Amino acid sequence: MKAIVNISLKAGVLDSQGKAVHHALDSLHFEGVNDVRVGKQIVLQLQESDKEKAMQEVTKMCEELLANTVIEDYEIELV
Amino acid sequence: MKVSILQFPGTNCEHDTEYAFQKLGATTEIVWHKSETLPLDTDLLVVAGGFSYGDYLRSGAIAKFSPVMKAVVEYANRGGKVLGICNGFQVLTEARLLPGALKRNEGLHFISKHHTLKVANNDNSFLKKLNVGDVVNIPIAHHDGNYYIDQAGLKELQLNGQILVTYCDTNGNESNPNGSVASIAGVCNKEKNVFGLMPHPERAMELILGSDDGVKMLQGFLES
Repeated sequence: MKAIVNISLKAGVLDSQGKAVHHALDSLHFEGVNDVRVGKQIVLQLQESDKEKAMQEVTKMCEELLANTVIEDYEIELV
Repeated sequence: MKVSILQFPGTNCEHDTEYAFQKLGATTEIVWHKSETLPLDTDLLVVAGGFSYGDYLRSGAIAKFSPVMKAVVEYANRGGKVLGICNGFQVLTEARLLPGALKRNEGLHFISKHHTLKVANNDNSFLKKLNVGDVVNIPIAHHDGNYYIDQAGLKELQLNGQILVTYCDTNGNESNPNGSVASIAGVCNKEKNVFGLMPHPERAMELILGSDDGVKMLQGFLES
């Protein structure tokens, strides 16, 4: 099973990279963009085939290492 | 006075730190991150600056799982004095020994220059040789130095006198190079035995290199 983990700064935490990308899009005349958030994606190839167990395990990985929950949120997608 | 200095793969300020503390009369020992114990006679443990594990994932995120960190946490929880400088500060926040987190600088650039700092609290073993409001000139060199803490956390820091130094101009007025919340450059834990700051006092030990204000800062640890 594959786990796709998307990590981004929490709402309310200023995302300087997102802001810079937003400015760049503006200067390229891509109008109509309200907000840009830059995050990172971590893709894990898992041995586990049970979805529930996989979700538990990856959640633990996020809490302990993959995300810093002081400033970041994470979303896990299993495929 | 014995100062033990942690060295991870990618640490690059351990020898400057050693030089600085030796200059102040301390004996020093560099401790490789694979060690599961700290020297028994350690009076101060310094997590030195650099780029532990290449800053992969997040600055300091991987170092917190090095074998030595278990001993560091135990040492800190027993009341042992710990100082994290730059990447060391990032490691200590990642390890949750200090509150908050360090984000990418607001301007996205790596900043390397001298910056003035204002002492916010001196009621601790680190800054007791300085007065509140004193301005010191100390180099900064970081990409992820933008200190973040939520409003409730900030209030607690203020209430407990945990803010050590803030960024300021040469007159002591607030001047923020990296977007840190409340211009915070360094904090300590509630118990006031774990200290972290982004600026490098160990690089400001003699006037010929631009400033010797680091002496006044680090000296606090040498006198009980």
